[in-house]
Amino acid sequence: MLHTVNKSPTERNALESCLKHLKKGCAVLLIEDGVYGALKGTSSTKMVEQALKNHPIYALYPDIEARGMQDRVIDGIKLVDYSGFVDLAVEHPSVQAWL
Amino acid sequence: MTEATGGIEMEEGVGGKVKKFLYVNRKAPYGTIYALESLEVVLIAAAFDQDVSLAFLDDGVYQIVKGQHTKPIDVKNFSPAYRALEGYDIEKLFVEKESMEARGLKEEDFIVPVKVIGTQEMTDLMQSQDVILSF
Repeated sequence: MLHTVNKSPTERNALESCLKHLKKGCAVLLIEDGVYGALKGTSSTKMVEQALKNHPIYALYPDIEARGMQDRVIDGIKLVDYSGFVDLAVEHPSVQAWL
Repeated sequence: MTEATGGIEMEEGVGGKVKKFLYVNRKAPYGTIYALESLEVVLIAAAFDQDVSLAFLDDGVYQIVKGQHTKPIDVKNFSPAYRALEGYDIEKLFVEKESMEARGLKEEDFIVPVKVIGTQEMTDLMQSQDVILSF
């Protein structure tokens, strides 16, 4: 399953809850304010790095760029564009949005 | 005051007393409309020559981060407008230290000069205002 998260981890607990509900084969895509969850040196970095050990995590690059976060992304998080977003949605049997 | 109101004398007691206004910004830009709305109200209210301060805390600190490029998401990049505030005599911008540090940010990451203050100082700043507008 592909999980999308579109809320900042310091604004809502969507990311935290999402990461707690991952099963084998699940991937996470951070979009909109969700991309703040992809950053180094923040209060949620450790939690995300932990999840990264077992699950691929992606972030939508246009949203990263809009927010000026280009140089702050955690190593190992894969950056995708809009067509990469579509590919991920197609590759996984289902999509769950964490709002 | 007459300069700001286009030569029209404002009513005594309404236009006469300069009040302390604080704009409290707690939301990230782009995900919601709050940040842009706040900025627009600040710019409009600048015409009234009041004692204005801006506070950035929690996710609000993301509003003034350098290097925003919004073309790929087809949204207006309003971050350069914070640099124009100086021209409206709005120069008191405060960032809460704890909020900044929790997000891995440093003072030099901001597009405008700010004063970094701790939670206690922020509390005192809020306490000392006549009007607080929250976004």
